[in-house]
Amino acid sequence: MSTQTPVPDPSTLPEARPRAMHDMGGVSKFMCDAVDVEPHALDEFDREVDAIRGLLGAKKVMSVDELRRGIEAIPEGDYLRLSYYQRWIRSITDNMLAKGVFTEAELRAALEDTK
Amino acid sequence: MSSLLETPSDRLLAAVRQLLTAKGVVTREEIAERIRTTDNASPAQGARMVARAWVDAAYRARMLADGAKAAEELGIPMRGMPPLGVLEDTAGEHNVVVCTLCSCYPRAVLGYPPFWFKSAAYRARAVRDPRGLLLEFGTALPAWVKLRVVDSTADYRWMVLPLRPAGTEGWSEERLAAIVREGDMIGVTFPKLP
Amino acid sequence: MSALFPAGTSVRVRDDWPETRGACHIRTPHYLRGVRGVVEKHLGAFANPEDLAFARPAAVLNLYHVRFSPQAIWPDAQGDALVVELYETWLEAA
Repeated sequence: MSTQTPVPDPSTLPEARPRAMHDMGGVSKFMCDAVDVEPHALDEFDREVDAIRGLLGAKKVMSVDELRRGIEAIPEGDYLRLSYYQRWIRSITDNMLAKGVFTEAELRAALEDTK
Repeated sequence: MSSLLETPSDRLLAAVRQLLTAKGVVTREEIAERIRTTDNASPAQGARMVARAWVDAAYRARMLADGAKAAEELGIPMRGMPPLGVLEDTAGEHNVVVCTLCSCYPRAVLGYPPFWFKSAAYRARAVRDPRGLLLEFGTALPAWVKLRVVDSTADYRWMVLPLRPAGTEGWSEERLAAIVREGDMIGVTFPKLP
Repeated sequence: MSALFPAGTSVRVRDDWPETRGACHIRTPHYLRGVRGVVEKHLGAFANPEDLAFARPAAVLNLYHVRFSPQAIWPDAQGDALVVELYETWLEAA
């Protein structure tokens, strides 16, 4: 950051308006965070979640817009803690329940089955 | 909202996979095939486009006018893909791409988005402190080059067409494509000679 | 679909906050609400993601690339131009 311009008080900035937590552009609390530039290869979990989302989109079961909405609904603490694809699988599950692709009871049973 | 959503992610995936396959929404074969196809997309695709644009002014013009069509010309599958916008770097202006709201990325020509592109630090800093951000990648932009940051908020996916570095006169397209990296097409680095 | 705002038009992003009125999905960044910019290009017309996100029927809207000065948003901003895709419903002539 520039050493000449004083750091503005965040309460005077757009981030103080009623923004959603995922709407991160320019938000002060992240501005001093270092960027982890390491490559971090995707693992099997990541690839499979990505593939399932793509298939749900191609088959018109769930759009990318619905995926994003589901991610944005994740409470902020969880949103920041979860990895990128962990957010995806949570949103996919949320959407599948909301659309009735499967029910909570079915999900509970499947969680038991796949323990 | 169901508290089941708080189940650890790997268990959610296993349950979702079981339910979706049992209900015939997807098959395991489709999932495997999709993973295979997605793995084929990589920055090498975008690099071929950049190299072609560097040697062929007419291709460059077509690429800037319609990125998806230009990609298809080189055999890169674009059917059903979002429109591809190409941001042309000039001597006086350098482009950087971000998606502050999530992580929209030109996957069809660059493959999976890198970890850093999806991070809160990148998404927050790119629009307000792009010069500082570029320093994290070892890129010190000269003060006289204007910095143009493009926030991907909607239907387009954006890639940067970087400047061709000096010292590459007479190089084949293949040799040129080999020096174009993922970060060069997002704008956090510049292509450099090996 | 004919564009309301030709390239070069001065526009202002509406200072509206649907986030305060219940569940929504907005692709207009918070940092642009109420900010003036200049239309660079009409990018085409696309279905409104604000409705697609809830599987509602979605109107097809004009999409624009609009250029802003980052210093008009954050006084300490670096950078010379910030260009963002915005749907026509979020823009008004300025």
